[in-house]
Amino acid sequence: MDLFLNQILAGIATGAIYACMALAVVMIYQAIDHLNFAQGEMAMFSTFVAWQLMQWGVPYWGAFVLTLAFSFAGGIVIERALFKPLGNAPVLTHVAGFIALFAIINSVAGLTWDFTIKQFPSPFGSSPFLGSQLISTHQAGMIGVTIVLLILLFLFFQYTRIGLAMRAAAAQPESARLVGVNTSWMIALGWGMAAAIGSIAGMLIAPVVFLEPNMMGGVLIYGFAAAVLGGLSSPFGAVVGGFLVGVFENLAGTYIPGVGNELKLPIALALIVTVLVVKPTGLFGRTIVKRV
Amino acid sequence: MSALQEIVNDTQPVETTPKKYMALGTTASVVVVLLLCLAPLFAKNFIIFQMTMVLIYAIAVLALNILTGGSGQFSLGQSAFYAVGAYTSAILMENFGVNYALTLPISGAICFICGYLFGLPALRLSGIYLALATFALATAMPQLLKLHYFEHWTGGVQGLVITKPDAPFGLPMSQDMWLYYFVLVVSMVIYVASVNLLKSRSGRAMMAIRDNEIAASAMGVDVARYKTLAFGISAGITGVAGGLGAIAVQFVAPDSYTIQLAIALFLGMVVGGVGWLPGSIVGAAFIVFVPNIAEEFSKGLSGAVFGVILVLIIFLLPHGSRQIAYTVQNWVHKLGRRA
Repeated sequence: MDLFLNQILAGIATGAIYACMALAVVMIYQAIDHLNFAQGEMAMFSTFVAWQLMQWGVPYWGAFVLTLAFSFAGGIVIERALFKPLGNAPVLTHVAGFIALFAIINSVAGLTWDFTIKQFPSPFGSSPFLGSQLISTHQAGMIGVTIVLLILLFLFFQYTRIGLAMRAAAAQPESARLVGVNTSWMIALGWGMAAAIGSIAGMLIAPVVFLEPNMMGGVLIYGFAAAVLGGLSSPFGAVVGGFLVGVFENLAGTYIPGVGNELKLPIALALIVTVLVVKPTGLFGRTIVKRV
Repeated sequence: MSALQEIVNDTQPVETTPKKYMALGTTASVVVVLLLCLAPLFAKNFIIFQMTMVLIYAIAVLALNILTGGSGQFSLGQSAFYAVGAYTSAILMENFGVNYALTLPISGAICFICGYLFGLPALRLSGIYLALATFALATAMPQLLKLHYFEHWTGGVQGLVITKPDAPFGLPMSQDMWLYYFVLVVSMVIYVASVNLLKSRSGRAMMAIRDNEIAASAMGVDVARYKTLAFGISAGITGVAGGLGAIAVQFVAPDSYTIQLAIALFLGMVVGGVGWLPGSIVGAAFIVFVPNIAEEFSKGLSGAVFGVILVLIIFLLPHGSRQIAYTVQNWVHKLGRRA
């Protein structure tokens, strides 16, 4: 029973990270209808920036806030420089753009910080949480930070003018433009926020998977799986999907014989394909009706 | 912006060459084939090896081109099929002592089946969803190859070492040169077959699906059948390329077939020009030689160079090398008319 609870809680903790990644993916998907294949690399780069700041002597939370600001600005710059000019270009061109971004960021991070594995500190420590053997303080911290983030995002989208404008721009770009919403900047803002959310995921997972340029590969796939499971058009679904995928991954790894650690990525692949085949809109997504 | 969009929307990915350009096209092909045949006589073994790799990647890029340029589907997971082909050939040669040439059709057939099976669920996925599923496939592949259940066959993390074939009939050729000509023949056969495939009834059906799926199905094209078929054929050809690659490199290991390889093949297609089959070799040359040049400046730079060039191409030359070829062709044609 303890093992079961332990696995569930650990699953929720990693699920929190997947939820962040999925949320970042969905925010960009909502804005421009494309999946950001470079989301993981953007998060990895931000995490390196945080690490570098700490090497220079900035305290953890200072580095955390500075990194958020950096990622936010970085996301906006990427959107303005690369994806705004692409506009309504075909899917292939967009995929090429994301792949290019993926390759550039990965390579630049490798050149700057090389490919050796680095330790990333946890602000919460790794002692057992409140004396319980079930979950560590870092895992509890991962869950806590994610929940705070989700509440803040909810308040932002529900109760602020900009949040409302962003939702309008994503749902009905034409009508939003007519009532005076600057949709182009709303998209850029979405990119900035997605990048910042991704960087939080990166900084939280880095103490677990260690810091190196390829660290987000697996996490991104889980983030995609979570986003697809929840429905690509639903931020709420992305979060639920993230937690579900985290728990599912851990339980499958523990209880299905032969899965263990090595088959975890293929599980994410199987999950993506299954969801897309059985219910392409995911658990919470809208059905898209195409006009012929 | 609108200029770019115009160019992009104007794409006619595969078209038959107009009659009046036919002569020029044939001359160009003959020159290219002659160059490919004669080049190794004047090159060192290492250069020959690199040219062999260019041909092998050209086959893989061609396969992706059939899928994307032909049927309009995406794949970021070609590295997975390449890996399956490579491992099939390696295992057959090392564990069963099968002749290397015989392993290629088997690799192709196995990859065709894998691609067809993957294409079945992929049917319901279009555009970005398919890119996503294949991206996940490419990421998961190295892990699947490392599984300890198959370690007996695959050699696990260490991979397998393959012996390089000698030239048959006592031909006075180095192993590299023999392999080069062998690969050249295979790639020419595949190229001709692919051109004919795209010109055939099935090819036209695929292109109809690419241009407008709903219209195609209204005209009686069996969309599901041709989409999975395109996926299977593309995977099968990639598998042959993978098998050849394994023989040429004499080594297979899980980490040779990562998402980086899938990115390289995708880049090769974009550089060559989507849907323009001759561009495959341009793209392949690009992905073989550019990393070498980049790494002379700094190790690990090749990813960044790939990325920057990809960005430049989608902005400046959305049709890749094909655009240059057409410009040159028009130019030559104009000169010819004036003279």
